[in-house]
Amino acid sequence: MKTHARQFNESARHYTADLHHRNLIQKALDGYYVKRDEFKSRFQSWPDARDLAAEIKWEAVNHLDRYLDEFVSRLEARGTKVFWAPDAQAARDYIVGVAQQHKVRSVIKSKSMTAEEIHLNDALEKNGFEVVESDLGEYIVQLRREPPYHLVFPAMHLTRRQISDLFHDRLGSEPTNHPEELTMIARRVMRRKYCEADMGISGANFAIAETGMISITENEGNARLTTSLPKIHVALVGIEKILPKLSDLALFLPMLATAGAGQSITCYNTLYGGPRQPGEADGPTEFHVVLLDNRRTELLADAEQRDALHCIRCGACLNVCPIFKNVGGHSYGTTYQGPIGSVITPHLRGLQDWKHLSQASSLCGACTETCPVKINLHHHLLHNRRNAARARPAPLESLLQRGFVFVMRRPGWYQLAARLGRLTQPLQRLIQGTVLDPLRAWTKTRSLPSLAEKSFRDWWRERKAP
Amino acid sequence: MTNREVILGRIREALKIAAPPPTFHEGSPGPAAPLPTSPQKWLPPVGGTLEEQIELFRRNAGELKAEFYACAGVDEAIQFVKQLATTGGWQKIGRHHGKLTDPVARELALKEVLTDHGYAVKDLESCDAALTECEALVAQTGSVLVSAPGAGGRALSVLPPHHVVLARQNQMVPDLGAALRAVQEKFKGRFPSFLSFISGPSRTGDIERILVLGAHGPKKLTVLLLP
Repeated sequence: MKTHARQFNESARHYTADLHHRNLIQKALDGYYVKRDEFKSRFQSWPDARDLAAEIKWEAVNHLDRYLDEFVSRLEARGTKVFWAPDAQAARDYIVGVAQQHKVRSVIKSKSMTAEEIHLNDALEKNGFEVVESDLGEYIVQLRREPPYHLVFPAMHLTRRQISDLFHDRLGSEPTNHPEELTMIARRVMRRKYCEADMGISGANFAIAETGMISITENEGNARLTTSLPKIHVALVGIEKILPKLSDLALFLPMLATAGAGQSITCYNTLYGGPRQPGEADGPTEFHVVLLDNRRTELLADAEQRDALHCIRCGACLNVCPIFKNVGGHSYGTTYQGPIGSVITPHLRGLQDWKHLSQASSLCGACTETCPVKINLHHHLLHNRRNAARARPAPLESLLQRGFVFVMRRPGWYQLAARLGRLTQPLQRLIQGTVLDPLRAWTKTRSLPSLAEKSFRDWWRERKAP
Repeated sequence: MTNREVILGRIREALKIAAPPPTFHEGSPGPAAPLPTSPQKWLPPVGGTLEEQIELFRRNAGELKAEFYACAGVDEAIQFVKQLATTGGWQKIGRHHGKLTDPVARELALKEVLTDHGYAVKDLESCDAALTECEALVAQTGSVLVSAPGAGGRALSVLPPHHVVLARQNQMVPDLGAALRAVQEKFKGRFPSFLSFISGPSRTGDIERILVLGAHGPKKLTVLLLP
């Protein structure tokens, strides 16, 4: 079996050589940078807004028990059924159970990365339920039987041509070159599905403790339809989504839109506080909120990296990451791609299996700098490297490191090593990158810089000589 | 032990070790100034007068590709909606009862689907437009805040292809925080099950990041401001 690390390396090698892919991603992101900066600059102070956002999430995450309790009791008071899911299996079983109990025929779903995390669609389909993703990008990748490429832009790796071909093959539509016509094809398909579906599944962007509501951010209106027409609404919510107060949204909604999509505000920001209440015109008769732990509490227990739970899944760190832009979203093999995915996946799915992601970084810090809630992303990649090495030491590597330290601290040894290096470097050139080269892993794709013919020390000594 | 106790137990165990507060993180310039109770100080600026707020709303709504018109009175609003109905070739509209929607709908004299006491989804889906009221207009973002009781339920403002909102000047608020405070005061803890900030017509950028209006919801949004 291929290890996750090997799969990552192979895929990354493939994508980094794919210039077409790189251009497509770069073009999409260039537009995002322009709009993001424009809307950031409209803030009176983006840096202060970030400080405040980080402070609010810190408060929420560091008093999570209290706020979750408040959130749940307010939801339950208005007829919402809340299920606490310790792991993915429990969450899947509960949701499948709700579908079975109500003899649901078809399920419509709005975008939820948490649902991707627990592979909810597979579980529902295995139990005989049809699930349709209603977000356009998610629908496209669902038709391709692919995971989302990016937390926020699931189909950003595809051209209109590919999407047209896909719709032609799977839906029998006429080929077209216009994004608008392609969108309308999906709109027509989805309209039928909304009217037929008897269960709607959504995620949540925020969970408001003060008022017992979930907040869903979207542009298309698919989440609104998913939560309006079917008679059952199930929202899958990670326990870290908590915000203490309703008024916190006044800050988080514009920040999420700006950081995540380069918008001043997204088209629909909707709060749901229960099933249809007496006197209301419509809405589901049952509203279920599934609170998911799934090892989030393990990340919570790591005080050093606890701020990774501040994440609002805006995807801003992916958009600026040189690794993401080159290896692409699918290479990660994780639900959450990019820097945030590389930080949290080892916690959610096992440090040793996913430690290679900590190396998938240039440590440039662009992710940390852009994060709207100030997660210390690139340092956490270093923390994961350290933790992985501590838990499973690599004797050869540490021997090399110790040798390096030994030489570097002793001028005599250092000079000797440099002299040896100058002598052996021409030989290394002959075998560079071949199986004979002991440094092959590094030199296969890189040349070592040439050592100077004369060291600075020698040069200095000669210069000073009379 | 119930699941609830299991998860809360794990959380309490985890939180026994304190995490450093965010302003002291590595790379941070140091402790920030005391935090304001409201984020307004950091968000995009909004003028204090109604005129400034209307102007800002107009600009923002325009950027969001929504149509905005400040009417001199109900009669002008009626004329405006009639014009929309003619150009849009409306046959049937969805709406709810309200102080603003009733007089406008009376003059329109089109077939109607009233959502107040429930409706058939197929009927609403085949409407050409929706006429609703709202809870607030947000100058800072160009958003319309609707609620289930104040805008004919959840689907009315998202299912028909053209959404027309009728609002009063006294519903204009400077920012999202003020809009949320307004509903908190109005409903006093007995919140409706649904509140939504609508900012422009439905849109997507999922195909090559190119903006397309009318993804799943309305292709057009018109906001009419009455005195």
